[in-house]
Amino acid sequence: MPLVRIVEGPFQPWALLAELEPELGLRPGGFGATAVFTGTMRDFNEGDGVTAMTLEHYPGMTERHLERIIDEACGRFDILDALIVHRVGPIAPGETIVLTAVWSAHRRAAFEANRFLMEELKHRAPFWKKEALADGSARWVEQNTPG
Amino acid sequence: MSVKVRYFASLGDLIGRSEDQMDIEGHITVADIWREATGEIPMPPRTLVAVNQEYADLEQVVHDGDEVAFFPPVTGG
Repeated sequence: MPLVRIVEGPFQPWALLAELEPELGLRPGGFGATAVFTGTMRDFNEGDGVTAMTLEHYPGMTERHLERIIDEACGRFDILDALIVHRVGPIAPGETIVLTAVWSAHRRAAFEANRFLMEELKHRAPFWKKEALADGSARWVEQNTPG
Repeated sequence: MSVKVRYFASLGDLIGRSEDQMDIEGHITVADIWREATGEIPMPPRTLVAVNQEYADLEQVVHDGDEVAFFPPVTGG
């Protein structure tokens, strides 16, 4: 039962993962690998100091596309389940932006599917970042880093 | 027919609002919606569009009740 959450306030990824994992209904002993990724806000980007960020999304379309990305991962890799949690709204350096996790019988599928989730999310899921810079100005992030 | 138009991120700043409700008649494409809604503002390069929350292209025909969205390349994660 894949799980997608859009979160408006700060969240502690490890605590949230522990809280959400039972909701997936995974059978204890039924999986051998869990691959987890967290993305954290940096205080620098493209050579500038960044003091804060605001994440905008497209309610409805964002969730729909995140669910679809998980569905595609389930079809493409031999995995048992996956979750994506993504922050929106104002965010401070050091806070978690995104949490993805994948469960599978063996490690390869979990690692590869988790990478797939993040790459597809970054290319397709409607989120946009606006940075507040140390010099008082603000700018929209125009493109993803290559990874 | 009635169409809801939404602008996200830098496009919202460019247009100066986040949405429009348009009443428009005829064979209308997404590109027509942009022209009608924004007037003289050229569409920025790499603008993405969605119709009813699915990615679409500028030639897609718009129907009564549709929601059309314009936004820059996505930068989540």
